[in-house]
Amino acid sequence: MKITSIKEDDLLFIQIDGDLDASSAILLDQEIEAALDNGEQKIIVDCNALDYISSAGLGVFMSYLKDFEDQQVTLVLFGLSEKVMNVFKILGLDNLLKIVESKEAAVTVAA
Amino acid sequence: MGADVINSLKVNCSTSNLKAIRKFVDESLKAIEVSDYDTSLIILAVDEVCSNLIIHSNLENDEEILTLFIKLERQGEDIVFEIIDYGIAFNYSDYKEPNIDDLIKEKRRGSIGLMLVRRIMDRIEFKTEDNHNVCRLYKRLPNQKVA
Repeated sequence: MKITSIKEDDLLFIQIDGDLDASSAILLDQEIEAALDNGEQKIIVDCNALDYISSAGLGVFMSYLKDFEDQQVTLVLFGLSEKVMNVFKILGLDNLLKIVESKEAAVTVAA
Repeated sequence: MGADVINSLKVNCSTSNLKAIRKFVDESLKAIEVSDYDTSLIILAVDEVCSNLIIHSNLENDEEILTLFIKLERQGEDIVFEIIDYGIAFNYSDYKEPNIDDLIKEKRRGSIGLMLVRRIMDRIEFKTEDNHNVCRLYKRLPNQKVA
């Protein structure tokens, strides 16, 4: 799995490429932790190239929800495949995270 | 009633092998024409259990071995994933499903793997037999074509 972060104005885009499982979730964890340490307030996660997610990946997003709330950080995910979206839905995490279809919609939600 | 083993895979207990496990399950299910939807969920459930066994039971010791058998039971209506390892036994009877809200409050990133497995699979067994542990995951596939 590969993670790329790109800053565009006040938005931080995190692009996930590949499989987010127990062997790779630490990379996303480190990326989000670094973003919070840097004081990022608007984080947009591009999931267009995310092929697979397991509980390890879900757990990373879940574990930062309180920090996002406490620090008034907005995190939005977009570009999830149906297969990946189904995994979020099993435990109802699609209701706890901001998930939209397109980059444009994500930018609008984060703005 | 007996079970027909349709495939098996042996891997070292390293999380770097999870992708190979997923690929193995995917190819095995495609061969018996399981739907894409069921396949993606079953891959997730098997991945979750194997992750837990590799990380928690075998402490990611890649000298330890995990073996996965895929079997068909009940004339092909049930698919069974039997995972054998030699690590620390997991006592499933002690497992209490956590509350998502509590996990979020406590910023915990674990504990949800087995929740996913319980929602995907129809039956889960963890047993210790002699010197090894056996986990069996059952999934009913009523429309499955019998091989």
